[in-house]
Amino acid sequence: MKFLHLFNEFERGANGSTPQLTTRREAFGQIGRTVGKAATVALPLAAFLKSNPIAAQSSGDSIVDVLNFALTLEYLEAEYYAMGLDSDGLLTGDLRETISLIGDHEAAHVEFLKSAISGAGGDPVDKPDFDFTAGGNFNNVFSNQTIFLALAQAFEDTGVRAYKGQAANLMGNGAVLTAALQIHSVEARHASEIRRIRGSKGWITNAENTTGAGAADAVYMGEDNVMQLGFNVTTLTSVSRNHITEAWDEPLSKQAVLDIASLFIAD
Amino acid sequence: MKLPKFTESRVVADRNPHNRRSFLRKSGLGLAAAGLFLAGCEDDDDPIMIDETVNLGSGDVGVLNYAYALEQLEAAFYAQVLQGGYFASASAEEKQIMTDLEAHERAHAEFFEAAISSVATAIPALGVDFSSIDFDSRSSVLGTAQAFEDLGVSAYNGAGRLLQNPDFLVIAGKIVSVEARHAAAIRSINSASPRAFASSEVVDSNGLDLARTPSQVLNIAKTFITTNIDASGLPQ
Repeated sequence: MKFLHLFNEFERGANGSTPQLTTRREAFGQIGRTVGKAATVALPLAAFLKSNPIAAQSSGDSIVDVLNFALTLEYLEAEYYAMGLDSDGLLTGDLRETISLIGDHEAAHVEFLKSAISGAGGDPVDKPDFDFTAGGNFNNVFSNQTIFLALAQAFEDTGVRAYKGQAANLMGNGAVLTAALQIHSVEARHASEIRRIRGSKGWITNAENTTGAGAADAVYMGEDNVMQLGFNVTTLTSVSRNHITEAWDEPLSKQAVLDIASLFIAD
Repeated sequence: MKLPKFTESRVVADRNPHNRRSFLRKSGLGLAAAGLFLAGCEDDDDPIMIDETVNLGSGDVGVLNYAYALEQLEAAFYAQVLQGGYFASASAEEKQIMTDLEAHERAHAEFFEAAISSVATAIPALGVDFSSIDFDSRSSVLGTAQAFEDLGVSAYNGAGRLLQNPDFLVIAGKIVSVEARHAAAIRSINSASPRAFASSEVVDSNGLDLARTPSQVLNIAKTFITTNIDASGLPQ
């Protein structure tokens, strides 16, 4: 299991690396909070909201902050696929067609988000310098198709969770929220396709990390949740617990996403 | 984006079979579904039962009932798929997918029923009409599944902005990405194209998936729902 070993190395490297904060600060530099904050509306349905640990993730980030966070993830994905497509012999035939389409979408998301950020009165962050070898742990990421696709799955499943985690911060602007949702579901289509190409189900069972990489456990942590709006869904239906966990994707906090992404941002 | 008002007169007008057929085509329900629709057209002269009208309600509850209506439709569809000839002779992979989708949609529907009922009135079970679908035919089942999954994605994408409560928005987000995973998988097995999972039929040049307003969605869905749905109370 050479692949597993590689990922284990990768995990150790990640845990031991200290300059992540600096990297993150550079990549996600604070933007002036010029745009309206997410509206948090008091509702008559408070009784509905018993104990929801995911509740109201309004971190107070402005819309521009959220879009710049999304832009950085899209930069990462777009560059990853572009580099994969530029690598001789890595992607051929139908797989090349699939990855080309995904890469085109990510590049379009970059341009769309830049426009949206400018339109909201903000400044798009610069593209960070990425290191997809994660400090030399993946020197063959662009020559080994297995590793390339495993990382692609991790990036797409992370992207889905990242957008979901920010939706509540975009409630103050319906048009931006809708666009973010429209990107979010495209990321989910990508994730499903890459997972299925790799032989996994298109959806996530429990918190199973099917990348073959222990270090990607963080990408799937919490996906085994069955509490929705305070209800334990297993008590509402005869559908199996495994199926219930598949039927709800779970959000990730900005920090959790940054912890994953920062592994691939060069110091 | 302005939401067209969903009025009774519009409902009646759209019951004209010709209008419905052209709407189906324009709305991207897919060639297979359009063909199926034509096959089922002989029934169109029969009056559609309209004595029963279900009101979705207003505010966030209305939006949740709207989602519940769509989940009911999907759950009822996959329940029939599992009873049909296509499923009986499907490949192991396709059996797995259909089994999973039936379970997921049923879980969504039963969750909405319980959650809405705990604070307000959930809509009752809707009547469905799948007479235009051949459950023994792979292309009929997959074409319809694809249309329903893409429709579900566009519905949640369009409805997110109508919600006031961030917790409900997150719930919608948790479900829509699963619908998108379904849509991609169904599209993939329903086509030889390696780009089918997110083709230009559903993803535009900005890389954005479809978003539809409730009235657009319900106009498509009512081909398969016999209960009349009053969505006039939904937020705009």
